[in-house]
Amino acid sequence: MQPKIQVKNVTKIFGDHPEQAFELLEQGLGRKEIQQRTGQTVGIHDVNFDVDQGEILVVMGLSGCGKSTLIRCLNRLIEPSGGQVLIDGEDILQLSQKDLLERRRRKFGMVFQNFALFPHRSIVDNTAFGLEIRGTTRDERHGKALEALKLVGLDGWENAYPSQLSGGMQQRVGLARALAADPDILLMDEAFSALDPLIRRDMQNELLNLQARMKKTIVFITHDLDEALRLGDRIVLMKDGYVVQIGSPEEILSSPASRYVERFVEDVDKTQVLTAGAIMRDAPVLASPKDGPRTALRRMEQESFYCSFVVQRDGTLEGYIWADDAAEAIKRKEKTIEGLIQRDHQPVKPDEPISTLIQMLADTRIPVPVVDDQGRLVGTVVKSNVLAALADNQPDREGQEDDTADGEGGGDEKAPAESAAPAP
Amino acid sequence: MSQDFPFVGKFPLSDYIDAGLDWMTQAFSGVTRGISTVLGGGVETVVAVLSFPPPWVVILLIAALAWWIAGRRVGIGTAVGLLFLWNLQLWDATIETLTLVLFATAVAVILALPLGILGGLSDGFKRLIMPILDLMQTMPAFVYLIPAIPFFGLGQVSAMFATVIFSMPPAIRLTILGIRQVPGELVEASDAFGANWWQKLFKVQLPLAVPTIMAGINQTIMLALSMVVIAAMIGAGGLGSEVWRAIQRLQPGDGFEAGIAIVILAMILDRVTQRIGQQRKQQ
Ligand SMILES: Nc1ncnc2c1ncn2[C@@H]1O[C@H](COP(=O)(O)OP(=O)(O)O)[C@@H](O)[C@H]1O
Ligand SMILES: [Mg+2]
Repeated sequence: MQPKIQVKNVTKIFGDHPEQAFELLEQGLGRKEIQQRTGQTVGIHDVNFDVDQGEILVVMGLSGCGKSTLIRCLNRLIEPSGGQVLIDGEDILQLSQKDLLERRRRKFGMVFQNFALFPHRSIVDNTAFGLEIRGTTRDERHGKALEALKLVGLDGWENAYPSQLSGGMQQRVGLARALAADPDILLMDEAFSALDPLIRRDMQNELLNLQARMKKTIVFITHDLDEALRLGDRIVLMKDGYVVQIGSPEEILSSPASRYVERFVEDVDKTQVLTAGAIMRDAPVLASPKDGPRTALRRMEQESFYCSFVVQRDGTLEGYIWADDAAEAIKRKEKTIEGLIQRDHQPVKPDEPISTLIQMLADTRIPVPVVDDQGRLVGTVVKSNVLAALADNQPDREGQEDDTADGEGGGDEKAPAESAAPAP
Repeated sequence: MSQDFPFVGKFPLSDYIDAGLDWMTQAFSGVTRGISTVLGGGVETVVAVLSFPPPWVVILLIAALAWWIAGRRVGIGTAVGLLFLWNLQLWDATIETLTLVLFATAVAVILALPLGILGGLSDGFKRLIMPILDLMQTMPAFVYLIPAIPFFGLGQVSAMFATVIFSMPPAIRLTILGIRQVPGELVEASDAFGANWWQKLFKVQLPLAVPTIMAGINQTIMLALSMVVIAAMIGAGGLGSEVWRAIQRLQPGDGFEAGIAIVILAMILDRVTQRIGQQRKQQ
């Protein structure tokens, strides 16, 4: 089967005299040297890859390595200096302006890092933008826009304005806007990078769910290896404007092609290294099954906590109770809290990695209890413990300067080592 | 008398300008006469219509309009201000000035918008027009009166011509600014969805530039009002000629009355047009 997108020898040089840069590239000079000698910036150099129909291809690399340039070469928002970009076998770079606009309207949907919603348009009009550009009638495009909004879970918000929505919701609109015109290809440039970690995780899951149904061809840009591993069918790793390695997540992890990739992989997942045992705290409140509801409630009130874990005398975790239930039990004059104990908690072992905890904490209202092999409660983890641990444990980045970002492209993106950390 | 410039005679700049203007007056006489008829007729008609009903009816209508656009305070202020002008026996002059200013502004905006849009979209055109705008604004406003007369004769149309040229630059400048201020990522987003240039302009750039453009139009109106006294020198009539007459007869009291009338008119127009810009911004 013909690949949906074929990128062949695509090069982009920013500046007035790309031919000078081409010459030096032939001689094998690096980006920095070419910049110094000619003033030309090599955005990307000799990039080759295919994307199959229905595949999610993730392009990843550090800030400034040319990811945004590359994705914009696919729909010619940036005009490549050389090479070919074939969409369904047709070379996009040979199209007339008119045909190019037509292809952008029919085949591409794009999602941007900072959402790029139109502040003067309501949510539904933002979503319908692509269809409006195509000349679809008002009724039809509103119908399709509402469908797309429903798809991303935003029905009911169609008459709001972007400024009234949170970041996560705005990006859902961004996604809906790209989907509304039902394009074959989705281009997503760091679409989730501006969102905080938990919302980001939600969006990733949602994208995967949508993709399972829609089977679009997606090119997804990120600087975060965790995200790349989660979303990508295949991953293209870039450095300083060229491709370092292309492969499935397993291939990237198990056989890194260079020291650069290795470093990426090395400190990618702190969340796999930090464990529940390392970050847990003592349980805020404890009770025993024989305690009266009044005692249990007073302890919760003293600690200002809305629930309490219940343990046997030997420390075995029994379950937990809600403060509200204890208050009710007092009214009913019950003697012990035994009847109130909830048992739907999910205990983890001390060696559980934080990555699982993040997901569990997103779904539960109580702290995650940590138990030892005998089932005894040894500590608990709440959301703030995780966030604090991730923030504290920044590995020292000094040592990798030489081999990573060249500092260009602004400091707005975090290095992979920091990717899982919360915004400060 | 200073010494003459050595070796060469005076560069005949004024002769060239005169010759050029003479030629243009001849060549465009048909056009200028047409403009004269249309604009002159338009102004006269509007003045006649506004002068026909009793002043309080017109005042109520204008105040209601101000209320609707800019809220209760401005509406009431407008009514009080205009009633005061009527009381000062300046109602007819006020109508004449108001009409002239609004006509001049309308013409200025109609010319300024396309020029501003071009300047907003094209770097080359912006480089070309910026020095011209500087020139238009720094040239003493009186100078515009002189060529206006051979083109349009004495009277309101000449006054409008000078007023339009003098007051147009801020509208052009702020249109350029407004278009250029539109965040690049929004322009990029519309490109990504395949918008052609006019879809981009009318669906994204212009709507987002409206508050800035309105600020420019507001300034244009204020500049047009500041021209009324000068315009009166070539027979524009209105409040300006009241001031002008007071100057010639050395009657400070009358001069102040007319001056205050111009200030009141300025305040009303300012508040109302400011409000239009702000409303758009709030969305
Ligand atoms: N319009 C431009 N003009 C000149 N240089 C540019 C331009 N856009 C990007 N670059 C340069 O190209 C390189 C790649 O940028 P970009 O594609 O934005 O990287 P990324 O998206 O991976 O952070 C950077 O060094 C950047 O400074
Ligand atoms: Mg980027």
